[in-house]
This record gives sequence, C-alpha cells and structure tokens, in this order.
Amino acid sequence: MSPAVSDVVVTEQYVMPEEHYINSDTSLKSWLLTVDHKRIAILYMLTITFFFFIGGFMASLVRLELLTPAGDLLESDTYNRAFSMHGVMMIFFFLVPSVPATLGNFLVPLMVGARDLAFPRINLLSWYIFLVGASFAVSAMVLGGVDTGWTFYTPFSTTFSNSNVILTAVGILIAGFASIFTGLNFIVTVHRMRAPGMSWFRLPLFIWSQYAASLIMVLGTPVIAITLALVALERGFHIGIFDPKLGGDPILFQHMFWFYSHPAVYIMILPGMGVISEVIPAFAHKRIFGYKAVAYSSIAIAVFGFLVWAHHMFIAGISIYAALVFSLVSFIVAIPSAIKVFNWSATLYKGSIRWNTPMLYAFGFIGLFTIGGLTGLFLASLGLDVHLTETYFIVAHFHYVMVGGMVLAYLCGIHFWWPKMTGRMYPELPAKLSALLVFVGFNLTFMPQFILGYLGMPRRYHAYPPEWQVFNVLSSAGASILAIGFLMPMIYLVWSLKYGKIAGPNPWQATGLEWETSSPPPTHNFLEQPIVTSEPYNYGPKEGEV
Amino acid sequence: MIPDHLFSPHFPFFPEQASTVAWQVDALYFFLVALTIFFTVLVSAMVIGFSIKYRKEKNPVATQIEGSVPLEIFWTVVPLGISLLIYVWAATLYFHMERPPKESMQIYVVGKQWMWKVQHPTGQREINQLHIPVGRNVRLTMISQDVLHSFSVPEFRVKHEVIPGRYTELWFQATKPGTYHLFCTQYCGTKHSGMIGEVIAMDPNAYEVWLSGGTEGGSLASTGEKLFTSLGCITCHSGESGARGPNLNGQFGHPQKLSDGTTVVMDENYIRESILTPQAKIVAGFGPIMPTFSGQVSEESLIALVAYVKGLQPAGSTAVPAAAPAKQGKTQ
Repeated sequence: MSPAVSDVVVTEQYVMPEEHYINSDTSLKSWLLTVDHKRIAILYMLTITFFFFIGGFMASLVRLELLTPAGDLLESDTYNRAFSMHGVMMIFFFLVPSVPATLGNFLVPLMVGARDLAFPRINLLSWYIFLVGASFAVSAMVLGGVDTGWTFYTPFSTTFSNSNVILTAVGILIAGFASIFTGLNFIVTVHRMRAPGMSWFRLPLFIWSQYAASLIMVLGTPVIAITLALVALERGFHIGIFDPKLGGDPILFQHMFWFYSHPAVYIMILPGMGVISEVIPAFAHKRIFGYKAVAYSSIAIAVFGFLVWAHHMFIAGISIYAALVFSLVSFIVAIPSAIKVFNWSATLYKGSIRWNTPMLYAFGFIGLFTIGGLTGLFLASLGLDVHLTETYFIVAHFHYVMVGGMVLAYLCGIHFWWPKMTGRMYPELPAKLSALLVFVGFNLTFMPQFILGYLGMPRRYHAYPPEWQVFNVLSSAGASILAIGFLMPMIYLVWSLKYGKIAGPNPWQATGLEWETSSPPPTHNFLEQPIVTSEPYNYGPKEGEV
Repeated sequence: MIPDHLFSPHFPFFPEQASTVAWQVDALYFFLVALTIFFTVLVSAMVIGFSIKYRKEKNPVATQIEGSVPLEIFWTVVPLGISLLIYVWAATLYFHMERPPKESMQIYVVGKQWMWKVQHPTGQREINQLHIPVGRNVRLTMISQDVLHSFSVPEFRVKHEVIPGRYTELWFQATKPGTYHLFCTQYCGTKHSGMIGEVIAMDPNAYEVWLSGGTEGGSLASTGEKLFTSLGCITCHSGESGARGPNLNGQFGHPQKLSDGTTVVMDENYIRESILTPQAKIVAGFGPIMPTFSGQVSEESLIALVAYVKGLQPAGSTAVPAAAPAKQGKTQ
C-alpha cells in the first residue's frame, strides 16, 4: 500500500558550511558557558533524553509487574515508587520541557528572524536551574524514591508517606523556574525580536503555539511552586494546611495542584501541536488551511485551559453546581483542539504529499490525539466520569494525549528539524520503521487500558483480579514494542551525525526563515538580517491567482 | 491463562450491570464510544485518504487553498452542539447519581489504611464486606480516618472519594443479588491495591435473615446513646430549658441560628464538627464553653454519636428509644 515515494529528498550534493554553531568552538567550556540558544537547545535535549529513559525504565518495571495479577515481582512499596518516579520524571523532567526547551529554544529565534532569544544568559541559567532541580529529584530517587504518585495528594504526601517527598517536591519547584525563564524568554522574544516584516499573522504557527504555552508557563508554574512549598512546610514543620488533623483541608491541595497541573497538560501538548502545524504544510507542500483559526485556537486553549482544573475532582466532594461549571468549560476547551485537527486534515486536501518520517509521525499524532481528545469528553461528562475516574481509563486517555500526542510530536519535530540542527539527514528507512513500531506498540499498550478502565481496574494497583490479566498482558506486550520503537532513533540518529547525508539548507523545500539559513546555522543564525515580505506557508500562488 | 470471564455470556468488555444507574451510565458510554469511532474513522479517512490520493507522484503540484470561513464555522458549531448535548445528558445523570433519594437506608463506612469498616444502623459491623438488599436505595455516609480513599463498585458504576475530616456520601440501588468488587481507587499508600472487598447484594428476605444475625453491642444509635452518657454530653445537652448546651432533640435537618448571626443546617458534618471543634459554629444564645473531644473519640464512635443525635425525637414525644433510629433506617 505504501506509495512509492523516493526516500531520497536531498538530490544535490551539498557540503557542510565551513563555520556553524557546532564547530565554532569545540571546547567543553564553550558548551557549558554558551549563551547560544541553539547550543542550549542541544544541552536540554541531551538532559531530557536521559530523563525520558529513566522514566521509561520505571514504566517497564510497572508493565512487567502487571503481567501477572499477583504482586509478585516487586514489593508493594517498590511498585508504588516505580509508578511515582515514572510520573515525576516523565512529566516534570521530560514532557514539560520537551518541545519548548529543545525545539522551541532552537527554533524560536530562527523562526522570527532573530540572532538569539531576548535574554540569552537567562536562557543558560534556565538550563542550570533545570539541572539543579533535576539533581534534587535524582537524589530523591537514589535515596529510595518517592511513593506519592506524581500528584502528591495530601494528607498522604504530607503526613503518611515514608519516602523522599520534600526532596522531590523541592526538585520540581526548582525546575519550575527553568520553565518560567523559558516562557518569559519566548514571550519577550516574540514581542520584541521579530525581523522586519514579520507581523503577528506572518508568524509560523509553531511560534503561536509556543507563545500560548509560554503564557501558561509564566502564569501557572508559580502556583505549583507555592503548592509544593506548602507540602514541604506541612511535612517538615507540621504547619496545618492540608491535613485535617492539623486543621487543614486536603481538597484545597487538589484545587491548587490542578490549577497548575491541568494547564500544564496544555504546556505539554500545545508545542506539539505547533510542530504538527509546521510539518503538515511542509510535506503537503501547501499553505495551512485556516491559519488564523489554528493560531487563535492555541490562544483559546491557553485561556480556557486555566478554567477546567476541578474536572479532576468531580467525586471529591466539590459542590455539584461547581462541577456543572467545570464540566461545561471542559467541553468547551475541547473545541479549539477539534478545530486544529480539522484544519490539519483539510490542509492535506489537494496537497502534494510526501510520506517521509516526520509526516508519518504527524499522521500518527493526528489519529492518536483525536482518540485522546475524544476520550477526554468521556471524562468531562459528569455522570460518566464517576465510573471512569481513578481507573485505567484515565491512564489510557492521558497517555493517548501525552505519548500518542506529545511524544509523537516531539519525535516528529526532532526528525523534521534534525537536518537543520545537525546538518545531516537521518536515515529514512529505519526512521520509518521506528515510527511504525511506535504507532503499533503504542496502540497495543494503551487501547486495552481503556477496556480495563471501563471494567473498573483502578490505577496505581500493584495487584489486580485475575479476570483482567489478558488485557494487561496485551498492554505489556505493546509496551515492549513501544520500547524498541523509542530506542531505535537513539541509534540511527547518533549514526547519522557522522554518516548521514549532508542536508543542505532546506532539504524539505519548506517555507520559514529557519530554512533560509545554512544547516547547521551559523552562531548568529543569519549572515544578513532577514526581511519578511510574504505570508507564512507560501508554498505557491494561491488558488485563483496565477 | 485466558480467564473464563472472557467467554461468559455477558459482554466481556463491560462490567455487569447490577444497579439502577448502571445502564444509564452505559448508555452514555456507548454513545460516546460510537461518537469516538465515528470521528476517529472520519479523521483517519481524511488524513490517509488525502495523503494517498494527493501523494506527490499523483499530484505533483499542490493547490494553494487559504481556508474557508463557512467550513471553520461548521466544524466549530457542530462539535460544540454535540458537546453541549453530551454535557446536558451527563450532568442530568450526575445530579441523579450525586443526590441520594430521601427514601434511603443509611450505612456508615470508615476507610483506613488499608481496610473498609462498615457499620449498620442495626449494629452489625463488617470489615471489607458490605451486605445490602437489592431493590432498596442505600446511602453510604463515609469518612476516612487517615488519608484519602475512594469507594468504588464498578458493577454499580458508583464511586466517591472518602475524605478525612468530613463525611461524603454515595448512594445506589442494587438490582441483582450477587457478589461485586469493592475497590479503593484513590491511591493510599503501600497496600492500596489490597484495600479491596466485596459488596454482597442479597434478596430482601435473605437480607432480613442476615440482619437478624448477631449484633453484640446493640444498634448503632444505642452505642451512641451510651457514649452520649459516658462522655458527659448529656449533662449540658439534656434537652431541658436552661441547660448549658442547645437542645438537640428533633433538630436534625433543621437550620440552626448561630451566635454570629449566620445559620447552618444541622447535618452529619455539623454534628461531627461540633464534637471535635465546638467553638467553630456556636448556636446563638450559648456560650463557648464546650470542650473539644478531638483525639478522644474514634471515627466509629463519632458515627455512633451522629446516629444517636440524628434520631433524637422532638421534645414532647415520649422517650428516645435507642432502637428507634435503627428501625427508622429500615422503614424509611
């Protein structure tokens, strides 16, 4: 069925540019003290890849344990720490920084036609702060881990847990500042550093989505910092805030936690949507359908995303009238996502479509994100959420959005901009194979979890009733395929650094300022100040005008 | 390896429907599953279909289309309309599920790491088991004595968080005799997955037989009455005029005027709060003289006291027999 598209996209014989941001200075010091946004992006990429594999290792332990109904592989406490560390590492140290801190750092200045971000030193500081926060979390892990789940629900976390809660919470709190700095940098850069002619509606949609995510980072992250600080205070000094025995309110914690952590889901997914909005026009060689609708929907998601937090608490004893409001807004926040999906699909209509790896990931993203988004409606539905919440249904839904959506978008973007970042092409065949394995493995892992959830299997269960084993075995089998799919790029991408075909400035014949400079770009991005004279995604004369 | 469950006569991808709301939840679920399949197939068909039809070999030059306002409106309004339909449907169901009917028998549940403790008004106590009759509304009044827990019975499609510090409620009406899963679904520490049990739904006759089984300490309210005396509550809350504490007789469910001018309805949570933090909401006309009982009374004893105070009859009606509230539980 695969149409015979040539894998060879680079037909001309290019040579690497003589000087670029990688070879301008090769000393370790020049990397550790760099203020070049592109190098900081690479530093971030290496860091979060490390955390992705730690989080992945924890997930493997979970899936291995769940192969059998009895809790026979790990001790209960070990299992609880495994899923908690999986969540903490993946969310706070991989997903939140994933696209913004790597692709965003690399591309935001290039795309708006600037030499660097507005505050290059703060950008470097952001990476160091991230490392400090991460080292707290890693030491917590080495010292025995944390067993509260990534959600730190009180009063378990503040009074009852015997694990390294404070160390982990402080790590996340510190890493939050890295996120705030990145967001701040992006917002100022987009406002102040655009090249001549780069008006708001000429910005690539990737920038719109980064901008929307940055708003959430700057406005939401302080709340999680405060919340975790309060957890540490109650745990360390018995100051009653959340534990009823100390006069506190455990539900207050949930309000504060989700006030950040629900918008944080949009911090994670919005940049991924931005990647897809770039890749689809490039491989359809066609302007994006409904540019303004896609751009505004990013902002709408950021705004409405702040007003849905209590949909995590429909059975936690909140007022049923409050639940009515939060349910309604949760339905509304789904609409901008639907608008994006329809516009991406429509962009393909009458395109000239190439099936390269980034496009395969984009197809996967659209399909899985659609399922992830629609299953979100199940959970926004008040009467149905009662049965579904706290079960594997929610686990499956969340992974469809975060892995099927976000991780696929991240891999999509890494492949798409790999030639820009490294100057070399990744090998197409193994890359397509890995995209296929990820897609198949992902669905096999998480589709059975929807069924388990409806059957009532609670999340975070170390042991489960035997009648649910079949679906758990399927899920674990899928996870092993998924793991291979994730490991493959590690090999062939590293391989390509030396042996990949030299890409040239614009191997995909894509629009956007980042493709108008050499690959890899020079330290200051552009040899001459770029001037923007046309609309984005200008892949040819519009219909009607020839 | 493959459990028999998968081949049993009922549809294997769904838990049994064993309560009055189960089919209503399932109906909404089926609708949403159908909707999800429809839109996933639609989007996949567009994406894959266009990508094959307009692949570069077939269509070397793309047609540049800017967009379409009518289409944008169409695919904004249609999903919004469908969403609002689901919203209303689901919210109506939620209101039905979250508000216990007046005609309910009440059972008390205390969650702790890692077990469920059940107290029946008639005095039976159970651990990790809950016996209930089919065909009657059952209202659970639940509290945790340590961390958050959540009471979940998938076959009934009901679930509610069990919170330390205040009572929450859940209700259901079982439709089929049987033994059903009871799970704690809110992560609560080491043996979270061991905090399980069973709900045993019985024919009303069998349930009556079960109820007549041994209760060592008498009814819940009679336990409460003993506590009411032994803790000294009765000295001030004697119900006589001029007593130092407010008269509790017949007050349950009625608004109480407080010393700060506000009013509060006397419900289970208010009784519990007044025992543990008496200074919080003082009834108008009384001094802040009641000592706290915080730390002296277990959640089970608090429940017994609540059950007793609830059943106190208005002044004038003779006697406050300890058995009355229990009977009330059955006849209501």
